Amino acid sequence: MKKYVFMASLAMLTLVSCKKDVNDNSDESELVPLSVEFDNIVGGQNLFLNTVTYTNAAGEDFNISMLQYFISNISLRRADGSEYVVNQDSSYFLIRESDAATRFARIKVPEGDYKQLSFVLGVDSLRSTMDITKRTGVLDPSGGMEDGMYWGWNSGYIFLKMEGTSPVAPVDPSGQRKFRYHIGGFGGYSAPTINNIKKISIDLSASGIARPRKGRNANIHLMADIMKLFNGSTTINIASNPTVMFGTYSSSIANNYAAMFYHDHTEN
Amino acid sequence: MNKRFWLFSAGFVLLISCSKDIVENFAGFQKPAHFPEPVYAIENNPVTQAGFELGRKIFYEPRLSRDNSISCGSCHIQSSAFTQHGHDVSHGIEDRLGKRNSPPIMNLAWSPAFMWDGGVFDLDLQPIAPITAHEEMDESVANVLQKLRAHPDYPKLFKKAFGSEEITTARMMKALSQFMILCVSANGKYDRVKQGKETFTAEEQAGYTVFQQKCSNCHAEPLFTDFSFRNNGIAIGANNDEGRYAVTLNPADKYKFKVPSLRNLSYTAPYMHDGRFYTLDAVIDHYRSRVQNTPNLDPSLQPGQGIAISDDDKTKLIAFLKTLDDKDFITNRLLSEQ
Repeated sequence: MKKYVFMASLAMLTLVSCKKDVNDNSDESELVPLSVEFDNIVGGQNLFLNTVTYTNAAGEDFNISMLQYFISNISLRRADGSEYVVNQDSSYFLIRESDAATRFARIKVPEGDYKQLSFVLGVDSLRSTMDITKRTGVLDPSGGMEDGMYWGWNSGYIFLKMEGTSPVAPVDPSGQRKFRYHIGGFGGYSAPTINNIKKISIDLSASGIARPRKGRNANIHLMADIMKLFNGSTTINIASNPTVMFGTYSSSIANNYAAMFYHDHTEN
Repeated sequence: MNKRFWLFSAGFVLLISCSKDIVENFAGFQKPAHFPEPVYAIENNPVTQAGFELGRKIFYEPRLSRDNSISCGSCHIQSSAFTQHGHDVSHGIEDRLGKRNSPPIMNLAWSPAFMWDGGVFDLDLQPIAPITAHEEMDESVANVLQKLRAHPDYPKLFKKAFGSEEITTARMMKALSQFMILCVSANGKYDRVKQGKETFTAEEQAGYTVFQQKCSNCHAEPLFTDFSFRNNGIAIGANNDEGRYAVTLNPADKYKFKVPSLRNLSYTAPYMHDGRFYTLDAVIDHYRSRVQNTPNLDPSLQPGQGIAISDDDKTKLIAFLKTLDDKDFITNRLLSEQ
């Protein structure tokens, strides 16, 4: 029994010391709030779940019943080129269109003038292979088949999940004409496979650099134009690809949506 | 004073006998001397009696399934070395059938990957797959956690195992892992021979030689698998299960499945990823003469020719394979539903 206590203590000590390593040099108490807002739109229109019909470049009508995606590993670059990387443990967000409160990724950064924002759409491979005790909050793999963002059969997170209906989609066993896009793939654990992790960098200088200061809450307002998921270097066709999950074609969709973000404005 | 001393002594004796009970009944995870180091990160999940017992209770808990009808133990039956005897493919809730044969919960601390296709790389993440699979338990882990929280016993048991009543995904999975890694099978006659406690009969010894020449390339000792993924030349199944390809999307992995251990074969029929062979005879006959030339056939197998094993060698080989049966493993009360 003593041995176990000792081992547990040792593990704890290791954990604590690891945590310290991950921390940025900046003093936690000196950090100020900053939010990144992910405003989902479809082409020139706001996104409304279920009720509005949109048309993609392939000429197919569709509506969207679910849209959610992971944003992680946020970092900011100052005008002088130096970078602030948000503590990784506090840098995972699940943006869900069905819950307006989740559209903000709320982080803490040192005061400064930031001209570039970077983040990952998805979950990095390191976190994707970490011990289950490191998978808390939005990374908890306990979600169900419907709204969950985790594949149990092929250990890994779903980075982006979009579902909807379209008259061109075939009738599925439930009698609906649904399309389902569940995009993931962190590159594989013991054998290489698809990697749909997308690092996205956005220049803020044209539409307003971020100036987080104490006592204020700066907000970087991004648009995520989900139409770009269909209309990009590959024109995605719902009729021929109504279901895209863990397969090579998913990379075409991921390459498309990697270009869906643009900076609208910053509230300082 | 004397009385006090007597009481004190009695208390001391009681204490000793209590701790003795624990030592006798529960030894934690112990690596068999002739096994390699485990790959499971035990340092991240030190096994305790309370954690193990909680894991065992969860393993046999039907609330893990959507309609509270089946537990892990339903498809992983101890008397069948934790497989589902008599089922070619797994049998889930509402009589739904899976596409693959339930593998044994056995020596998992040494397994670098789980499932026939190796899609799960960490034992702590493994239970999520059967809990959420439509044709198995068809439940969400979040719902299971809610059911456990609402149960009169579980909060107390989690407190005993982890120090507080909080029931989380990680705690539930760590407890299940504590139970599963203690499902160690290392006491067949083969193991006792290796430890110098017994000797093979002449027939078993001859079978061991056949095994070493013809089988050990893939079924490496002492776990009797090298944990690789191979196409062993069985005909492509009616459902065109492409095996490991679904996980890696690498065309060179099509029709490859994990090399299973040969331990406890007497209890784990039927064999292969889809349970197509009911007897060891049928398995060996496949390797002798029925190897199909399907994509990515393992280079150690030649289509049509197969592995040369005479009828006499086959009898000896089966006699040796029986020495891998571990009666203790399938009858150990510590691993049974309490």
